[in-house]
Amino acid sequence: MNWLRDFVKPKIRALVSKKNVPDDLWTKCSNCEQMIFHRELASNLQVCPHCSYHMRMNATSRLQMLFDNAEYRIIEFPTGLADPLKFKDTKKYTDRLKENRAKTNNQDAIIAAHGKMGGVGVVIAAFDFDFMGGSMSIATGEALLSASRLAILQQAPLIVIPASGGARMQEGILSLMQMARTVAAIQEVKEAGLPYIVLLADPTYGGVSASFAMLGDIAISEPGAMIGFAGRRVIQETIREKLPNDFQKAEYLLDHGMIDMVVTRRELRPMMIKILSLLQNKTPSAQVLAIKKK
Amino acid sequence: MYQALDFEAPILELEGKIEELRHISGGSNVNIADEVDKLQNKVSKLLKQIYGKLTPYQKIQVARHPQRPRLKDFIQGFVQDFVPLAGDRLFAEDQAIIGGIGRIKGYAAVIIGHERGSDTESRLRHNFGMARPEGYRKAQRLMDLADRLKLPVICLVDTAGAYPGLDAETRGQAEAIARSIEKCLTIKTPLISIITGEGGSGGAIALAVADQIFMFEHAVYSVISAEGCASILWRSADYKVTAAEALKLTAQDLLKLKVIDGIIPEPLGGAHRVPQEAIHKLSDTLERALKELIGVDGSVLREKRRAKFIEMGRVGIVG
Repeated sequence: MNWLRDFVKPKIRALVSKKNVPDDLWTKCSNCEQMIFHRELASNLQVCPHCSYHMRMNATSRLQMLFDNAEYRIIEFPTGLADPLKFKDTKKYTDRLKENRAKTNNQDAIIAAHGKMGGVGVVIAAFDFDFMGGSMSIATGEALLSASRLAILQQAPLIVIPASGGARMQEGILSLMQMARTVAAIQEVKEAGLPYIVLLADPTYGGVSASFAMLGDIAISEPGAMIGFAGRRVIQETIREKLPNDFQKAEYLLDHGMIDMVVTRRELRPMMIKILSLLQNKTPSAQVLAIKKK
Repeated sequence: MYQALDFEAPILELEGKIEELRHISGGSNVNIADEVDKLQNKVSKLLKQIYGKLTPYQKIQVARHPQRPRLKDFIQGFVQDFVPLAGDRLFAEDQAIIGGIGRIKGYAAVIIGHERGSDTESRLRHNFGMARPEGYRKAQRLMDLADRLKLPVICLVDTAGAYPGLDAETRGQAEAIARSIEKCLTIKTPLISIITGEGGSGGAIALAVADQIFMFEHAVYSVISAEGCASILWRSADYKVTAAEALKLTAQDLLKLKVIDGIIPEPLGGAHRVPQEAIHKLSDTLERALKELIGVDGSVLREKRRAKFIEMGRVGIVG
């Protein structure tokens, strides 16, 4: 009962403690190494304001960036903890799935949604690289199939944004079969006479690049995005030669005739709206016709 | 000379003994027939035992056996009047994939397959069966030819994978494989694929999106090599045996997963021991499949093929 026991700890420490401060307030640009404040980075669409380096973007941010007023409806697809091979490496596959679901808040490595872009209905499926490296699983195949079928139902263009290291090894041969499955899905879209546009995001490799990703009616990419079939390391080990610095970058693919254009992130939405308008509205609009009649 | 695999050591030992007996008896009149017969029986028993329960990694070894029959052997074995057709009409002729027209059991067909080569010189010429974009584009051209002239397509798959090289990437390896898959799903003519040895990832599926898919008993088909998978997921290639088991890449596993339609039995001790028997069995399987598919309306074939692959991936979700 003396003043020593009634001593109240000063609260200053609590005031300056890190509790309320998110640890990702500042991001270091992996290209120019400048520090960027998170709000600035978000408003700049994850592009470094100092050197214009395009950082990776998760699926949700992609959808928010592209749809009008960031409004869209997610297309549900069947998931469940599918583990057809009962796969276990250093961890059980089902545990990995659970961890990645908790980490990303997504069911699998893709989000498919429908909404409007420039006032026109579109279906967009965006890969989430944060979810097991955006790897192609049965569930991602299912999502692409659902997206394709919805596009046909709504007579809407399909936009797919791959960002993937390739197949999901934990699903073995069934992951490989998604290559055929996704190609069959987009074939339905193409045969319905609808545009199929691919935005090849960083990175697009392996079974993803060697299937639906390289079959776009129009293929767009972003500055510096890495796109290829085999990874740089594997190639280097095979041929034992130095690879050019810009090898497998979007600009390199553009130079070699593999894609149509490299567009900065800020220009993406207007460019896509312009393309969709050209592909969807094929005849002069009503007003123009009226003037002509005069 | 027979090139033995590590797990075949006990067989090799017995065969060595037989050889020795024959050598010893060469000059004398001692009757060794009984003894040789006995040992020969033992060899068969042992082969049955070992090959009856090969582990997945041992199957990979058998599938990669340097003396396993190659595309050239299959073509010589059961294709009459084979006329090889070369080039993709765009850039080059890629000898890692060989294609042409010929007759199988009376049926004219387009035959396309990976060729790995069987000696140093031919292996180099065929780039060990690892195709560049030109190979896949040639395959597409030949599938178009088949589609237009209503010939069935037979694809024989045996590759470690598509070639991971600077030139291949620059000329669009991914695009070439993607278009091959698309082509397989487009043509309105029967398409039959057989994994004869190693079915390595994208380089294999580019020629394996078929109406009917078969595998040899000891062939393997996988999304990634066991070695590659081990070094990525276990961070060491030492785990290749474990990875091989986890990947479920044997013909038996794939039949259970409904990824393939049938298994072609191999002669005792693997196709490399009695290639003629393997070649014969394969041609019988092809004849049966051709009989079944020829005459079916092209649009129906294509619809069924697409539906098959759209359903295939769902196996995991249902089961």
